[in-house]
Amino acid sequence: MESYTIHDYDVLVIGAGGAGLRAAIAAIEQGAKVGVVTKSLLGKAHTVMAEGGMAAAMGNVRPEDNWKVHFRDTLKGGGMLNNWKMVMNYTKEAPDRVRELERWGAVFDRTPDGRINQRNFGGHSYPRLAHVGDRTGLELIRTLQDHAVKMGIHAHMETTIYRLLTDAGRVVGALGFNRQTGDFLVFRAKAVVLATGGLGRIYQITSNSWECTGDGFSLASMVGADLIDMEFIQFHPTGMVWPPSVMGILVTEGVRGEGGVLKNSEGRRFMFDNVPERYKGEFAETEEEAERWLQGDRNARRPPELLTRDVVARAIRKEVNEGRGSPHGGVFLDIASRRPADYIKKKLPSMYHQFMKLGNLDITKEPMEVGPTCHYVMGGVRVDPDTQATNVPGLYAAGEVAGGLHGANRLGGNSLSDLVVFGRRAGMAAAEYAAKQTGSYQVDEAQVRAYIAEALQPFNNPQGENPFALMKELRATMQKNAGIMREESELKAQLEILANLKKRAWNTSVSGSRAYNPGWHTALDMRLMVEISEAVVLAALARKESRGGHARLDYPDPDPTFAKINHIIRRSSDGTLTVVAEPLPEMPEELRKIAEAKDLKELSDKVGA
Amino acid sequence: MSTVTFRVFRGDRNGGELKDYTIEVQEGMVVLDAIHQIQAEQAPDLACRWNCKAGKCGSCGAEVNGKPTLMCMTRLDTIDTSKPVTVRPMKTFPVIRDLATDVKWNYEANKKIKPFTPAPNTDWIMFQEDVDRVQEFRKCIECFLCQNVCHVLREHDEKTGFIGPRLLVRTASLEMHPLDVENRLDMLKNEGGIGYCNITKCCTEVCPEHIHITDNAIIPLKERVVDEYYDPILGFFRRLFGSKKQAQAPSSGQAADD
Repeated sequence: MESYTIHDYDVLVIGAGGAGLRAAIAAIEQGAKVGVVTKSLLGKAHTVMAEGGMAAAMGNVRPEDNWKVHFRDTLKGGGMLNNWKMVMNYTKEAPDRVRELERWGAVFDRTPDGRINQRNFGGHSYPRLAHVGDRTGLELIRTLQDHAVKMGIHAHMETTIYRLLTDAGRVVGALGFNRQTGDFLVFRAKAVVLATGGLGRIYQITSNSWECTGDGFSLASMVGADLIDMEFIQFHPTGMVWPPSVMGILVTEGVRGEGGVLKNSEGRRFMFDNVPERYKGEFAETEEEAERWLQGDRNARRPPELLTRDVVARAIRKEVNEGRGSPHGGVFLDIASRRPADYIKKKLPSMYHQFMKLGNLDITKEPMEVGPTCHYVMGGVRVDPDTQATNVPGLYAAGEVAGGLHGANRLGGNSLSDLVVFGRRAGMAAAEYAAKQTGSYQVDEAQVRAYIAEALQPFNNPQGENPFALMKELRATMQKNAGIMREESELKAQLEILANLKKRAWNTSVSGSRAYNPGWHTALDMRLMVEISEAVVLAALARKESRGGHARLDYPDPDPTFAKINHIIRRSSDGTLTVVAEPLPEMPEELRKIAEAKDLKELSDKVGA
Repeated sequence: MSTVTFRVFRGDRNGGELKDYTIEVQEGMVVLDAIHQIQAEQAPDLACRWNCKAGKCGSCGAEVNGKPTLMCMTRLDTIDTSKPVTVRPMKTFPVIRDLATDVKWNYEANKKIKPFTPAPNTDWIMFQEDVDRVQEFRKCIECFLCQNVCHVLREHDEKTGFIGPRLLVRTASLEMHPLDVENRLDMLKNEGGIGYCNITKCCTEVCPEHIHITDNAIIPLKERVVDEYYDPILGFFRRLFGSKKQAQAPSSGQAADD
């Protein structure tokens, strides 16, 4: 019989990106015995790829900035579907979390007077992103990694969680396997924090690494946790489009934050023609005004290239569809004619390096070709806005896997600070919950044995399918039928495709040994990926409007009825998923006034920082 | 489109062999793409470690035609593909399987380095010119290619008395942090083994982040160790006035909470 090792923790954190590490640190600080599981090595999680910066209204560059403006910007960018309380907690706490990183050794770029510098980004009214060149994610994860090591973190590296374990309706641990050896591990834990990141790999063109297979959403949903807003997927407007092997790799919004402009094949800055009604009056109307903004004129409005990502991505797609794209099916992003070569190399070093090395292109001399790439999911596991608790006792979620903060569209820079604000909250709450669990609980051994047997099944199934081919099929069909522009007929067709893929995902064949076997890992990933793909498609079908990261060709406009609801994706006892519309939580009047403020000066002058 | 043969190491810590795989390649492909294509079409159990595929995570280090490099940043059109392209795992670390090596020694050795320790009561004001040097070191993506080529680790397997270039860079990032007050010179001299480095600069050559490992990190640290332990005049003054590191600590009494 297959053996396994048992590990006991108060709090098990699944994932070691920004949210997972911050949760672990918080739980250790509370005195909990904490284990961290990561599919990669420490410090390699997808957080490491974040480029532009972390948003926090510190007011270091523009003293007028404060949490209220950040609150208003975040809700506005999110199509007002955000959970207001999460946004409030987040915008109030983010500056402290950034300063905390500095105290733990992070070295951010500086202002002339020696404080943390902040840069412009799409949808943010003021320069708000603390950053380190264009490698902010690396700085964040390394700082947290070093601090976690200092605190004595116990990490299970290159370990995948296969299923969560429950006892009488509460989560009591997880079953996983060591990727290096293929050996199984049972984690018994009083509380589990999911910090598993996103699901970009269900799409063909994505900026996400192999790890982003949506594990956490599926694991949570399988034990009865509600998901929310899964239709909202962010397609980042600027991914590389050439050569084919690098398609989708991220080109930071920092390029536009530093003055980069988008042009079509006719040389026109098309974003001037694409300012949506709700942002009218907030952006420069002429190139001349945009130029003055870049030169630092505070009376000039910002260039429309800094509109939110959903708006820019759709505008790019429109240019390409209407025949005004670049040779390889994108548009041009030009920083070369806007900033001196030295400045570009200093502020955007990894972009310079990335294009030089992978695209044979010098961005200080020539424009880049860019197009939309699946980047982020706004939806996720539904959580309590204060504690990050899910509706399943003992289960918490933080970071990209949790939903609610970003509404229909996330602002650039709001993810890194999300990780540390809510990672900390989740870790604290999980440790507190764990401390209260004094009674005994059972890990069901028969269940563990059954899971192990099904996980090993692809080794004993010689006639099954190639898992890589299956994954390719999933990604191509999701891209085609549930991608950046959606319509009912395609979404329905995708549901049928998924029903078929779901069966086939349980009929794969793998060869070789269990040690570090990517075929086997892919076979198991597929089982979770089809589940979460279905949740995305169902929610997308239900939202008959276009808003934020969800755009429907058959319902091209926002619909006031849908402005009032979130979609909850719930699994019933027979395993089927249903979508339930729920009214948004009611926002207190004084916060609504902030959210709907037209004049930013009102937020700064009247209420102060 | 053309076909290229890749001669890939298949095996584990008990040994293995090079195996040939021929695939169709496209314009712009990198070595990691080729490995993925082999996985998907011919050898689904071919092990390799990777994450970002954009030179940011440092997971996919290997030796391509004998040259240590990140597979994701090595374009096929920069190597000779008329002959079979050899891909082997990093030599300095034990093989787990195929191209994936066991690098956990780096994580263990890292624990020898005392953590960041800021001056008490600092006001957290730092100027860009004072942090430029530290930021260079903090660019490190921990690909461990420098560890892989360092002859102290690679040829002499000195993994108990030496921490290697990556961790010397990390030590430098802490020692040269304008607000750090910890002293790591004793570690460098003893269990860090900085004396083993004889400045051949192999590490600097392979660094994908172009960190000047030898010139900017190791040599200045060596100088500090020499000043601290071997300079009689400096030693005399230090005994009179206290250590350099302590003298650097800002004396400002401002609260840390701004």
